[in-house]
Amino acid sequence: MTKHTLSVLVENKPGVLARVAGLFSRRAFNIHSLAVGQTEHPEISRITVVVDVDELPLEQVTKQLNKLVHVLKIVELEQGRSVQRDLLLVKVRADARQRTDVLQIVDLFRAHVVDVSTDSVVIEAVGTPDKLEALLAALAPHDVREIVQSGTVAIGRGARSITERALDRVATA
Amino acid sequence: MAQIQAKPGIPAARIARQAPSAPSLARPTPQSNPDPSLNGVEMTGAQAIIRALECAGATEVFGLPGGAILPTYDPLMDSQKLRHILVRHEQGAGHAAQGYAHATGKVGVCIATSGPGATNLVTPIADANMDSIPMVAITGQVGAAMIGTDAFQEADIVGITAPITKHNVLVTDPAEIPRAIAEAFYIASHGRPGPVLVDIAKSAQQAKTTFQWPGRIELPGFNAGVRPHQKTVQEAARLLATARRPVLYVGGGVIRSGAAAGLRKLTDLSGAAVVTTLMARGALPDSHPQHLGMPGMHGTVPAVAALQKADLIVALGARFDDRVTGNLDSFAPHATIVHADVDPAEIGKNRAVDVPIVGDLKEVFEALVPALAEEHAQHGKPDLEAWWAQLDDWRTTYALGYTPTKDGLSSPQHVIQRLGELNDPETTIYTAGVGQHQMWASQFIKYERPNTWINSGGLGTMGFSVPAAMGAQVGVPDQTVWAIDGDGCFQMTNQELVTCAINEIPIKVALINNSSLGMVRQWQTLFYEGRYSNTDLHTGHGTRRVPDFVKLAEAMGCVGLRCESDADVDATIKRANEIDDQPVVVDFTVSRDAMVWPMVAAGTSNDEIQYAQGIAPKWDRED
Repeated sequence: MTKHTLSVLVENKPGVLARVAGLFSRRAFNIHSLAVGQTEHPEISRITVVVDVDELPLEQVTKQLNKLVHVLKIVELEQGRSVQRDLLLVKVRADARQRTDVLQIVDLFRAHVVDVSTDSVVIEAVGTPDKLEALLAALAPHDVREIVQSGTVAIGRGARSITERALDRVATA
Repeated sequence: MAQIQAKPGIPAARIARQAPSAPSLARPTPQSNPDPSLNGVEMTGAQAIIRALECAGATEVFGLPGGAILPTYDPLMDSQKLRHILVRHEQGAGHAAQGYAHATGKVGVCIATSGPGATNLVTPIADANMDSIPMVAITGQVGAAMIGTDAFQEADIVGITAPITKHNVLVTDPAEIPRAIAEAFYIASHGRPGPVLVDIAKSAQQAKTTFQWPGRIELPGFNAGVRPHQKTVQEAARLLATARRPVLYVGGGVIRSGAAAGLRKLTDLSGAAVVTTLMARGALPDSHPQHLGMPGMHGTVPAVAALQKADLIVALGARFDDRVTGNLDSFAPHATIVHADVDPAEIGKNRAVDVPIVGDLKEVFEALVPALAEEHAQHGKPDLEAWWAQLDDWRTTYALGYTPTKDGLSSPQHVIQRLGELNDPETTIYTAGVGQHQMWASQFIKYERPNTWINSGGLGTMGFSVPAAMGAQVGVPDQTVWAIDGDGCFQMTNQELVTCAINEIPIKVALINNSSLGMVRQWQTLFYEGRYSNTDLHTGHGTRRVPDFVKLAEAMGCVGLRCESDADVDATIKRANEIDDQPVVVDFTVSRDAMVWPMVAAGTSNDEIQYAQGIAPKWDRED
């Protein structure tokens, strides 16, 4: 099985996320990550789903998704032709002695410290899942207290917009 | 960036705009009848529900009131256009709406209250979803302020039915009621039909609103169907013109689409063999010489064998269900597959497809028939003589039949066959429950018209027959409706005979009473060494007869008849046919040992079909 990143444009209606997520579980697909948010158009939300699935079942689940009345469009974003990012927040115990080491790692990964207390820091990092994994590995020798990670969000490279045509349809309907 | 699939067009909006009559009023279905004078009228949400149902063209609705739908039942009482039939259980309302929709082709409507009323609709909704029946379910919901508080009779019916509806919606704003109902009818009846549930909060029913029927249907994400692609149609025609062993594998989609006439043309022109699935019985007359009957687990040997040996299968509104294909890997190993369906998700779902055609079957036939005629004109007709010699040999050798019973009781197959022979196929509709009686009814009755065979195919809902017959009879009052039922099924939903008696809905029930859950018993005979765990129902010959179906029928205001021997079958059917002012229940006491044959055991290959117990057809003889 391979990972696929799908951008699902949906009408911003109540329950639409539950319908989309429910369809994946009902058809026995494993959702790796899921992120949802508004787009440049207030009536359209964008769900980014990363699924572990082979080509053929992916086609089937895509067709089933398309049958949901509030789903406007589904696009697969391929790794090389899109920018894909996760957000990571990690809380590390770091008193005065350890802080230098931790901050060095933060600099190496071009991450940021977004909260400091006398004995801890909260680090914010944005990147591909690979990069974030590497950062966590580097932090592992330290006392990592808490990790929270967002689902992947992704956008195609170049000038083309996947929302444009969907927008047209909503506007003319 | 690979685009997997953008949804095709927005025919919804375009169709609405094209309709020149009744300016600015959407006609979401052919049956709808919007009233322009209603627009801008002040009314309650409850009144808006009734007016919207009328505008949507509903004329008969099935339901049962309760707290959260009570406001709607008040204006319903005064409606001049809606006939409400008060059922005895909400499941009966749902199946009646299905039977009504199946018999008329219109959208069936059922109404229930919140909580248990709504959950009682779950089975019919799931059934309609599996068998693509256009249905709108209206449910009351607790007041908007109480949603989420575990209020009395609260159930999240939108959440519960999301996986088993084509679409559903909760309405809390009374102003949205007309649009929600218009859209529900549109979605239920366009594209692949299915059930739509509209859950309406009691507070929205009670509040005042201004009625506004939508100017047009705005569903940018809804695929109402696309025109078949000419290139794939031509490829299908080319294959049909050159195949040596072609089979048209006809599914329920042909009936839902109203495309039986087109199928007839394609059948006659192509010369191909035709099989009609359980959902498609009647799509092509059984008397047609190219018709081999039903394929699948209990299909005819020639139908099953034709698919297995075909070099071309043209699937038309069928979905390669496991009950048809048997073991999928060994299904039709030599066949090129053309698959035409209005639902793109069906294409390639179970079996890889060589030529996909997405479109309404009516339009597919309109394109495919002339394309095939052109192929014939250019390249001549294919020589199918050897194929038909083979098929005819199977037809003669493995004709549908049954062995007489050994216990002296009636054969259920005989009863059902005579029922079919003593009723005119042009004026009779049959419904069935699920099990042995359903299979025999599909096998031994000859169907000549679409929409005259109504059963629960996909979900396999026991108890479907009586309420579905009630709905069909309401929809088509001038036809005779025979519910063929089993003693197990009948005990699940027979309360609707009370509804029939009170409302003068004169259905007839042929109770094939073998005193057991017959199909389960058959599997216990075949696969569990005759250990009959929990399948004895004590209703038949030589038992205590609990219940006594004749007395039960009479108690419910019906005529009850009993028939215990082959000699009385004809006279009893004739007697039942003479009664047209009351429902009739005939308790046909039959042998419990009769089994449904042929049979492909679950999960095995179609090649392993048994013609009768222990008798496998000899394939190699002609190969």
